[in-house]
Amino acid sequence: MTMHVSRRTLLGLAGAGAGAYLLSACSGDGESSDPTAPQTINWWHIQNTEPMLPVWAAMANEYKTAHSNVTITIQPLENEAFKAKLTTATQAGDPPDLFQSWGGGVLKQQVDAGLVKDLTDDLKDLVAGILPAAMQPYTIDGKIYGIPFDIGMVGFWYNKDLFTRAGITETPSTWAALLDAVRKLKTAGITPVALAGKDKWPAHFYWSYLAMRIGGVGALQKAVDDKNFDTPDLVAAGERLKELVDLQPFQKGFLGAEYGSPDGQAATMGNGGAAMELMGQWAPAVQGSSSTSKKGIGDKLGFFPFPAVDGGKGSVTEVFGGGNGFAVGKDAPAATIEFLKFLLTAENQKRSAQTGAVLPTVKDATSAIPDANGKAVAETLAKNTGFQLYLDQAYAPALGQQINDSVAEIIAGKKQPAAILKDITQVAKTA
Amino acid sequence: MTRPSTVSEMRRGDPATDPPATGPGTARLRGRQPRPGRGRVLAVFLAPALALFVLLVLAPIVVAGYASLYKWNGFGLPENFIGLDNYTRAFADPTFRGDLRRGLVLVVLSLVVQLPAALALAMLLNQPLRGRAVYRLIFFAPYVLSEVTTAVLFTLVFSPNRGLGEGVAKWLGADAGTIFADPDTVLFAVFLVVSWKYFGLYMMLFLAARQGIPKELSEAAVTDGATAWQAFRHVTLPLLGPTIRISVFLSVIGTIQLFDMVWVLTGGGPIHSSETLAVTMYQYGFRRFEVGYASAISIIMFLLSLVFALLYQRVVLRRDTAGAITTQGGQR
Repeated sequence: MTMHVSRRTLLGLAGAGAGAYLLSACSGDGESSDPTAPQTINWWHIQNTEPMLPVWAAMANEYKTAHSNVTITIQPLENEAFKAKLTTATQAGDPPDLFQSWGGGVLKQQVDAGLVKDLTDDLKDLVAGILPAAMQPYTIDGKIYGIPFDIGMVGFWYNKDLFTRAGITETPSTWAALLDAVRKLKTAGITPVALAGKDKWPAHFYWSYLAMRIGGVGALQKAVDDKNFDTPDLVAAGERLKELVDLQPFQKGFLGAEYGSPDGQAATMGNGGAAMELMGQWAPAVQGSSSTSKKGIGDKLGFFPFPAVDGGKGSVTEVFGGGNGFAVGKDAPAATIEFLKFLLTAENQKRSAQTGAVLPTVKDATSAIPDANGKAVAETLAKNTGFQLYLDQAYAPALGQQINDSVAEIIAGKKQPAAILKDITQVAKTA
Repeated sequence: MTRPSTVSEMRRGDPATDPPATGPGTARLRGRQPRPGRGRVLAVFLAPALALFVLLVLAPIVVAGYASLYKWNGFGLPENFIGLDNYTRAFADPTFRGDLRRGLVLVVLSLVVQLPAALALAMLLNQPLRGRAVYRLIFFAPYVLSEVTTAVLFTLVFSPNRGLGEGVAKWLGADAGTIFADPDTVLFAVFLVVSWKYFGLYMMLFLAARQGIPKELSEAAVTDGATAWQAFRHVTLPLLGPTIRISVFLSVIGTIQLFDMVWVLTGGGPIHSSETLAVTMYQYGFRRFEVGYASAISIIMFLLSLVFALLYQRVVLRRDTAGAITTQGGQR
């Protein structure tokens, strides 16, 4: 049989061929293992605002100038937008080459699905210079799947003026003293605590820290290993939190408040509308940028670690925290690893640290932290005797979200602590 | 409440554009034998749309139905088959059951408050009023905004310490700053915003339908001694029937699908008090990575909409859509 092929058919075929080629090119740029071949690094990060946005861009440009064969496509994304976008990309089996990661349970899911590169051998030297606590979330079954560029911890940020006005002479070192301070602040007509109830994760800091102070730093890991959160220590953590909630310490409308919005938790602190908040090392920066004056409360801001609980097994030197890092996608071109090393040279870590938005993980760069608050956090971190990663990162997403939801129910005063720990246990057993 | 799913649905039931649907004439036309070759033409014209529909609508529904039978976190292929467990789990889940209850509350509120208000306003703006066009524009304007813009706007208005709503409420001697933060009021606050955005659309639909009714009919009624209320109740209202019925339909379907507005306004909180089916589905699918369970919720949403749509069309819209769906050939 002869086949009549018209010009139009031929054109159509050519078009389909070109389309197929383009499609394969989209995913195929990682096949080359030669770092000198032309290649494009697709980089997603979440430092989408000043001060880090231009710093990353400058570093990428410097790298491109030094390596003419490498093109770097940067996608700065807002935190929640990043999570949603990464979800679709990873579910399609096509992660970006270099992307934000907090380590922990989410990273483990990506590792299990074979979406990220094992960096253990390639980055041995780099890892040797990084704080061990910072590496912990990125180490899964003894192998390294990500590199942290930032490490921090959660603690209380307080307004010195408001504490003085309420007659509080020293920062609380026990839970009882903290509750006492809250009562004094209320008596003085000051909102004791700012909290973003809509976002949920800020509230989970309270329960997690209480669980660490009462049950010791291993309690939360043990709970997830045993798939049982219904233990006396963890219920007690809920009961202690309820003591605080019962004092009604939060700002007006806190259940609907977001963390970073113009009327949210950070802004309430930054505008001097509340005396303290429990938040990570980024708190001073966000207080400043979301306050009306854009400056926050300046040197009136102080830091103290989460207090001890009487009779608890944990100590004040155990910290709850985490950081930001980068993971490398499975199809990333060879230069991605070189570029990652470049981002984490001591010199570049110092540049990041000088912005005040990043607490460096490279030991040689810690001297560059510009402000007293950052230094206070770094010192507490350096002296830590135990480390627990944020639960919504450490645990599998289903369990992490359940803890956020359940703690929110205590904060809203709608459910008893014993009941919520049964809810969490149920998810831990099935998820 | 809320939006029409398609333009064609919006237009259906509009007396101005509806063909006179039932009559012996149309039945005779419909009974005519198709010309030979018509099938081929139909196939050619139908194929592109059908291909897209299968690819983008039917296939995803089938895939979601398949995924809903698995415990699956969305990575790789689903392997852990658990039968209907996701469905039994949903009906035991207090959040999901709460979604159904809240959905029902929103439907009832929009049928009892929003649609009658829109109807009343439409009647008012049909009167010869000075600046009538301006009023119509003002009331319709919110519909033009996107859901997200509307939600962000109201977040600012009801910001607890510095919002406009707080100021106005104080002036009225009330306290509005926390209506989105209080689990007992948040659902009504969401309803308020949804109504603000969509009642203009229904007002326009009613207004258009009202203008399609010949003036002579009410005039004749009044001449016969009917009061204004009687003329409205027994002449205008029955003639607005098709539009009212289709508005109810759009409102209910829109409520089942309500997502963007709630997501931006409250995220479903505090403590699930404003969560809808679509929000719960998103939470499980994209926050907790329980894609199997989320698929089951989406299938339930789909079935709810489908069953409601079919029943409503069969029972309530029977007369309005006669010939399009519910009758075959010349049968009524």
